[in-house]
Order: sequence, then structure tokens, then C-alpha cells
Amino acid sequence: MEISRDKLFWAYERMRLIREFEDRLHTDFAAGKIPGFVHLYAGEEAVAVGLCAHLRDDDFITSTHRGHGHCIAKGVDLREMMAEISGKATGACKGKGGSMHIADVDKGMLGANGIVGGGPPLACGAGLTARLKGTDQVTVCFFGDGASNQGTTFEGLNLAGIWKLPVVFVCENNGYAETTSPRYSVSGQDIAARARGFGMPSIAIDGLDFFAVYEAAGEAIARARRGEGPTFIEAQTYRYYGHFEGDSIRYRTREEEEHYRLLDCLYRFRQTAISQGLLTEAELDEIDARARAAIEDAVRFAAESPMPDPAELLTDVYVEYPMAALWPFQEAAVPVHR
Amino acid sequence: MAAMVEEAVRTLSYREAINEALRLEMRRDPTVILMGEDVTGASHSEDESHLDAWGGVLGVTKGLVHEFGRQRVRDTPITESGFVGAGVGAAATGLRPVVELMFIGFMGVCLDQIVNQAAKMRYMFGGKARIPLVIRTMIGAGFRAAAQHSDSIYSTFVHFPGLKVVAPATPADAKGLLAAAIRDDDPVIFCEHKLLYDMKGPVPEGEYVIPLGQAEIKREGGDVTIVAISRMVLHALEAAERLAQQGISAEVVDLRTLSPLDETTVLESIRKTGRLVVVDEDNPRCSVAGDIVTLAATQALEFLNAPVKLVTPPHTPVPFSPTLEDAYVPSPERIVAAARATLG
Ligand SMILES: Cc1ncc(C[n+]2csc(CCOP(=O)(O)OP(=O)(O)O)c2C)c(N)n1
Ligand SMILES: [Mg+2]
Repeated sequence: MEISRDKLFWAYERMRLIREFEDRLHTDFAAGKIPGFVHLYAGEEAVAVGLCAHLRDDDFITSTHRGHGHCIAKGVDLREMMAEISGKATGACKGKGGSMHIADVDKGMLGANGIVGGGPPLACGAGLTARLKGTDQVTVCFFGDGASNQGTTFEGLNLAGIWKLPVVFVCENNGYAETTSPRYSVSGQDIAARARGFGMPSIAIDGLDFFAVYEAAGEAIARARRGEGPTFIEAQTYRYYGHFEGDSIRYRTREEEEHYRLLDCLYRFRQTAISQGLLTEAELDEIDARARAAIEDAVRFAAESPMPDPAELLTDVYVEYPMAALWPFQEAAVPVHR
Repeated sequence: MAAMVEEAVRTLSYREAINEALRLEMRRDPTVILMGEDVTGASHSEDESHLDAWGGVLGVTKGLVHEFGRQRVRDTPITESGFVGAGVGAAATGLRPVVELMFIGFMGVCLDQIVNQAAKMRYMFGGKARIPLVIRTMIGAGFRAAAQHSDSIYSTFVHFPGLKVVAPATPADAKGLLAAAIRDDDPVIFCEHKLLYDMKGPVPEGEYVIPLGQAEIKREGGDVTIVAISRMVLHALEAAERLAQQGISAEVVDLRTLSPLDETTVLESIRKTGRLVVVDEDNPRCSVAGDIVTLAATQALEFLNAPVKLVTPPHTPVPFSPTLEDAYVPSPERIVAAARATLG
């Protein structure tokens, strides 16, 4: 599949930004600077970026608890992301959601999700909106190998199938759901094959190869845009860090980790781009430096941002609701604004 | 007395107490099984070093697989409707399953199997079924785990006839109540507060069973009754300590079991003190706290010398940011203020 030089620049930069972002969070979490549950996407960059490379700003994605990569690929602001994960008022969700609920609806990012399998039905809804409004918007639904067993995932596949919704289902098979491999949890072993039972095209691809993802994604998204219905892609990939930060990772082998590190998606992107004369080493290095600076800037922004005002506790629950009813039967324990 | 001092009281953490109850009940009854996501971990692997990779997301079930094996300590795929429902079916047909629903917010994924199947089967079948099922689940804010992993929505289950609901506040209660829940022939929702897992306290060795449906006075007092649930019992005790320094004697009633409700213990305390504060970490509408107020209004109004005070979070989801979450959770300060307000 043809890919423009601009797109190549963009894709490599996005992948590098995700890697730098996640590596930085890994370090900062260990230093006690980041609260809560943090699930890192390092290793899986080619999937989010390969898909989102074909999306417009007005297309949608649904994401997972491991959502930082999807956000960056869809263009969510890095500063706002870092501030959100740090619980700051300037965060993408004013500090109310954190890493697991980071979202930016204006950018078509319908939210990371703390509920495994929460995304597929939502993606069908976004697809339905596009169909009924007669637009050619596409929704990409990211979910994991673990989520592929959830009832909501099967229900979403069926709905998308019967209504020919413009949804691309992307199962990020990174080998584990927490400690458990799909070798144990997936009956029949073949995740992509299951989707064929719902009457949609389905393929398994090397999710560590950006160019393979880019090609499969291009076809699936074009098909959805033409109104020909959903496609399923199983992208086989690997997460470098633990399930969440703080995981001691006692369920896989060193050899396996080393094997996948050698297949690193960024490294392979560089090899391909240089050997095919698409980008030069100097150009790639410059992107690396820019990405590092951008992450540094985001970290600084988050650090300098204020914590939310406690009064924010009571905002955004409803579009409209009597304020006093938000602390029923008692005095409000924080000052109520407005 | 001397003998008691010599005999060092054994302390365990809340986590260890739950683990011990599971172990003892599994030894006692071969039909007791445990299942849930990563309750042992790495079930795909033959590698010895991977055995028991997690023992539950916060390590509560660690070690059990070594004694009972993977048949009885069973990892599940991420399919709550599937394995919670399988727990109901297994309970109806001769096993005594303990199913782990990791966080109570995940009830949304499998609510039908709990409220339409487990809760109603016995009644619908004219008493011809027993569902000896325990669903262990984590509650509680304060972990910076954000809105979908921090709920304390046990009142949802209290609402359903057919379900029993338990929420222990101490290691000893956790052990004794879990043993009772497992032996109980009805479905029991057992709520573990994730911020209590590391809390230590004295726990009796060997068999220890606390009957369901009994509240406990955790601190005696004469001026005001503070009724609390789960971690809020600790906040109430802290408040009582501060009140004591101000010359106010507060009685702290730990409900322990939310369904059935021990009306007697609560009412006796209200009749003694004439003042009532209710502290609940659950959402404030349609709640257990509201039930306690109903109890006081219908059965003890003539004993109340002041309006009842509620201390709950606001009617909002649980926020992520530490400053917001700290403002969300009922604090000992708010309990002190509420208690003082009842004293005029
Ligand atoms: C409904 C529900 N069940 C369980 C969990 C706990 N949980 C969080 S992530 C996860 C594993 C998900 O695995 P997978 O779908 O493969 O995604 P990955 O973490 O590998 O990206 C589990 C069990 C949850 N958040 N939601
Ligand atoms: Mg996975």
C-alpha cells in the first residue's frame, strides 16, 4: 500500500511519542509521582498508529484501560494527557477520570475504559450514528485478547454484522490478559476465526510491523467508509511492561520478553524506512529528539498545573440538576460553586 | 488474666484473615471451590515458577492453589456473566462456590445472573432450590482507582430479596463472616474494602464463625450513636476518640451484615443515647444509611433528642484526582461535626 512521506513522518513520530510517553510514566510511577492504576502501551505502538493513520479527526475510536497509545495516535493533546494522568485541573478530563478514563470526545476519542469489553457496544453506537446521519465516519474499536471473551464483545460483533455498521474491530492480542494467556482463556485458540462466524472479513496480522498494520487497516477502514460493513483485525503484539505498573510479571519468561524486544516495532520501522530509502537516519533521529522534548514539555506542564478545586467534585455529574440535590440530606462538605 | 497476657494475641491482616477463612473452609468441605480472574494466575503455563503468579489482583487468594490445585482454585476468562452465572448453576447443583467479582463496579457486567437468577431461584421454584454461593468483591474509594473501580454500591444488592450482604471492617470479622457466608445456604455478597487489606488486628486461630445478621458495638458510649459500615467504622472510631477528648461519649455500631439487618442492636443503642449519626461510603440515595434512618424514624422516634445526621459522599461518581477523592470520602472530621451537631 502506498504511503506518503508526510504520513511516514507522522506515523514514526506518533509511535515514538507513545514510547517516550509510556517509558516516562514507567519511571515516574516507580518514583511515586503517579497515582492510581496505570497500564502502559509500550511495545504495541504500531497497532494504534497503523489504524489511526487512516482516520480523520471526525472519525471515532473506542479504547481500553490501556489507552494512552490510542489517545496519542488519535491526536489527543500530550500536555492534557499527562496532566490528566497526574490528576491535575488542566487534564483532558479535569483530573476526574485519570489514566483509565482519559478521553477527548472532540478528537473522536470516546474514552479509555475501566470495564473490559466496555468498548464494542459503544463503537456500534457510534457506527449507528454515522449510518443514520448518512456520513462516512468510521469507528475503530480497540480491545484486548482478554476482552475478546467478554459477552459484550460478541454482542457488538453481531450487531455490527447485522446492521453493516462502519466499525473496524481491532483485537490487540498482546499475549496476556493480566497474567493469563489466550492459550488458556480462548476456546478454539483462534480469535480472528471467531469473528468470521459473524459474517465479516477477519484477519490476523503481525501487529509489531507498522506496514502490515497500515495495509490491513487501510482496507478495513476504506471498506467501512464505503458502507460495506465491519471488519475484524487481530493484531498480534506484545506489551513490554507489566499488566499495570507495580506488576511483578511472574507469568512469562525472560526469553519470551527478549524475543519480542528484538521485534520492536520502532526498530523495525526504522530498518524498513532506511533500507527502502523512505526516510534517512538523520530524519528519524530528529523525530526522536523532537518526541523527547515534547514529552519533557508535557511533564513540565503537568507538574506546574494546579490540582482541581474541591468544588469540582460536584460539577459534570449531569447536564442539568439542582446543585443542592448533589449532597442530599446533609450539608455540602465542599463549597458549592455557581 | 495473667494467662491471657502471656498468650500473645495473634494478629493477621484483613487480607490474611480472608485467605485463612477460605483455606479452612476449603479444607473442611471439598465442595467449596474458588473461581475468578487470576485468582491464582498464569493458568496457561506449566512452568513451576509461574504457579500462583498473582493469587488475585491484590494477592488475597495467594497460596491456595498450592494446597487445593487448579481444579478447585480456578482461573476464569474475563467473562463475568459466564463465570458468576456458572457459580449460580454450580451452587444450585451441589457445589459451594466462592466466586470473585474483582471490583463491585463490574456487577454491571453480570447483574442478571445475580439478581434474576441467584436471588430469585429459590422463591420462584417454591423453595426447591438452594444457592449456597458467595460472591467476594472489592469496594471502596481512596485507592486513586477512579469511577469504575471505586464504588461501594452494596445497597444495590441489599435491595434484592434473596441476597444476603456482608461488609466486614476488621480482620477478625472478615474471617468469621466469610466462614459463615460460605456455610450459608443462600447467596451472599461479601464486600471487601480494598483499603483495609493491609490493616492488622487480632484474629482467632482455627475455626471461627460469626453468624450473619449480627451488628457489633465496636465502642461503647452514652451520648450519641454512630452507625457505620466497612472502612467507615474506622473513621467512626477515630471520630469517637476525638469526641472523647472533647468530653463526648460516642457509641460506634458496626453493622457488619447489611442484609439481614440487625435492627435490635441499632435500636438499643439509639434508645440509650437518643442521638444518631449514620456514616456510609455508598452513594447517598436509596442506601443502607437511608434504611437506618427509616428504622430510627419508624421504631425509635420518641427516643431521639435531635434530628438524625447523615455523613455520606455526594451524589456523584468517585473522582480520580487525589484532592477530589479526598473531599469525596466521608472523613472523621465530618463525623465529629455531625455528632456535635446532634448535641446542639
Ligand atoms: C469487566 C472487567 N473485568 C475485569 C477487569 C479487570 N481487568 C482489567 S484489565 C484486565 C485484562 C485485560 O486483558 P486484555 O483484554 O487482553 O487487555 P490488555 O490488558 O492485555 O491490554 C482485567 C481482567 C475489568 N477492568 N473489567
Ligand atoms: Mg491482552
